[in-house]
Amino acid sequence: MSNNNNGRDVIKTVNAAVGEFHAKQEELIPILMKVNQELGYIPNDALEQISEAMHIPQSRVYSVASFYHMISTKPTGRHVIKFCESAPCHVAGGKAVWDALLEELQIKPGETSPDGKWTLKTTSCLGVCAVGPVMMVDDDIYGNLKPDQVQEILERYE
Amino acid sequence: MTYFRSHILVCNDPVCTNKGSMEIMQALIDEISSKGLQDEVQVLDTPRIGNCENGPEILVYPEGLHYINLKKDQIPFLVEEQFLKGRPIPDFLAPPKKEQAQELGEPTAKEVRVVLRNCGKIDPQNIEEYIAEDGYQALAKVLSESTPDEVIDTVRRSGLRGRGGAGFPTGLKWSLTRDTVSNTKFLVCNADEGDPGAFMNRSVLEGDPHSVVEGMIIAAYAIGATQGYIYCRAEYPIAVRTLNIAIEQARAYGLLGEHIMGTDFSFDMEVRKGAGAFVCGEETALIKSIEGKRGEPRPRPPFPSVKGLFGKPTNINNVESYANVPQIILRGPEWFSSMGTEKSKGTKTFALAGDVNRTGLIEVPFGITLREIVFDVGGGIKNGHEFKAIQTGGPMGGCLPTADLDLEVDYEKLTQAGSIMGSGGMVVMDDETCMVDIARFFMDFIQDESCGKCVPCRVGTRRMLEILTRICNGEGRDGDIELLEELCVEIKQDSLCGLGQGAPNVIVSTLKNFRDEYEAHIYKKECPAKVCRALIQYEIQADKCVGCTACARNCPVDAISGEAKKPHSINPDTCIRCGICKNVCNYDAILVK
Repeated sequence: MSNNNNGRDVIKTVNAAVGEFHAKQEELIPILMKVNQELGYIPNDALEQISEAMHIPQSRVYSVASFYHMISTKPTGRHVIKFCESAPCHVAGGKAVWDALLEELQIKPGETSPDGKWTLKTTSCLGVCAVGPVMMVDDDIYGNLKPDQVQEILERYE
Repeated sequence: MTYFRSHILVCNDPVCTNKGSMEIMQALIDEISSKGLQDEVQVLDTPRIGNCENGPEILVYPEGLHYINLKKDQIPFLVEEQFLKGRPIPDFLAPPKKEQAQELGEPTAKEVRVVLRNCGKIDPQNIEEYIAEDGYQALAKVLSESTPDEVIDTVRRSGLRGRGGAGFPTGLKWSLTRDTVSNTKFLVCNADEGDPGAFMNRSVLEGDPHSVVEGMIIAAYAIGATQGYIYCRAEYPIAVRTLNIAIEQARAYGLLGEHIMGTDFSFDMEVRKGAGAFVCGEETALIKSIEGKRGEPRPRPPFPSVKGLFGKPTNINNVESYANVPQIILRGPEWFSSMGTEKSKGTKTFALAGDVNRTGLIEVPFGITLREIVFDVGGGIKNGHEFKAIQTGGPMGGCLPTADLDLEVDYEKLTQAGSIMGSGGMVVMDDETCMVDIARFFMDFIQDESCGKCVPCRVGTRRMLEILTRICNGEGRDGDIELLEELCVEIKQDSLCGLGQGAPNVIVSTLKNFRDEYEAHIYKKECPAKVCRALIQYEIQADKCVGCTACARNCPVDAISGEAKKPHSINPDTCIRCGICKNVCNYDAILVK
């Protein structure tokens, strides 16, 4: 398998993350988050390398990686959209914005667009309910969304 | 330790020192000594009081008075008026500034701010601003005057109960962990505030992190813990950052680490980030997550106070519980227990969301009625609509109807009414909300967040969601309501943790309070609130339609036909009930049936 994901060396990335947290077993989640952030997801060879470097069975690394929403075991697009699916956003008109987003992207939640640009996810509450409906594109938060703003926001990303 | 009744902060920023702020400081110290006030008024220097444009400037606490453009010859007058006679001097004061956090406006008449008292008022990244608001004084008091048992007794007498939702008496929890014999004990702060619509803890962590840190240090002293963890959800990056800054500053000030404040007591803490799992707010799941494992709950007992983090006795409290502690120590348990109801003391923060005019963060004493919260604090229902229901306590809470509006909010009364206190989310719904759709919506959330370990929750929530979805799609069957009721009882009884046990609440409460809506969906195939798409039809009223063609042009599926300037009509077979036509119609001609 290639060591190249998003142009980064998997082994090096993993070793750096493991080193940063001193290979402590209880730091597995921060290590997975770090690798996920660098590579966009946790590829199989990263799972293997984490298991080896930390002396944790691969099954346990996978069980943790697949449990948490913020860690992905599948490749993601260049940009990840996280749409808040919580009640205050729903009540504030989130459904219409969500429909507009699906229409614009033409993918289902959890999927990545064929050109590799977008991954669409739902997220639990981001805690900014006062400005709902809310979505996050990468690290940018957009609030008080209206359906007709969706296209314009997506156009800001390369 | 000396208690000063007043503190003067003098700005030591370069701009102010250039204008002579250090001379002002010396003059203040001299004048205060000459009046014999040196044991009552403390003078400190600090950066960043204002923008230094009007320097030299000083702040006087506890009043929070901001004096600007001071000159040396004014100091005797200022000291005499302000500190001997207790009269502020309006001529020297800076014009009032307004810096409130976005979600946190001026408190309304019914609010009392204890936990949120500093939020939006002080710089959360500057420990000195917290100290100027009596910060870490409670810790100093505890370390110099009280034994751990006395601290626990104070907290017990205050009546403080767990603000994470279950309402377990905090003092009792502490004594349980204290009484367990072990060389190592841990202290955990649950900052995994995952309930949708609840962001009270985020505001405290971002606006006043030191109140939580101080509360934790006091708790650690009381139970004998040496290491603490704040488990904060990764969805709150700013809270994680402010916490880390606060911990670093506290360490630099000798408030964390070895020999805190020169005593034999040592304690340190760190922040652990979650990775997106709602169930990790449950304490046993949270412990697993800190240990680097899947965040799955386990049966209790043993409780964490006996066997918790890394198998050691562990005390877990919520952010708000810890943030209350310094105030209880400083102002006394009697002050705290004077607020609230018989069994629920003090105040509670809530995040008010949904169809009210003023959404956002509130802090109210227990015993306030839901009506006061919705109409007085929240400013009533938006757009002139009618109140229909309020859901308290997050997704595991129940929906309470108009008849419950005069309910006094406390742990017991909410539970009796079929809801929960939870962590403090409140979602207000108006008459355009379909309660079956709401139940389906929350079940979708719960089903998704079920960790999958126990069968009643994993399978049961999915079955309930399927039935609710069926009802919303107009395919409800005779017997569905009874089946739901049966499932609710079983799932509540047999689930492992609070998530599964609370999952049926939204169905039980909506079935109890809005049963007619379920029946209308199932037997009449109608959605009374006109929300469920499968059960509504859009129709153009011929007498109101002027034939402007706006609807036909905007219809995404070309279901609308008609000649210009003549009434149009909608083909119900093609219509997807998206509602766009109703939104674009300027003549109010579209009727939903």
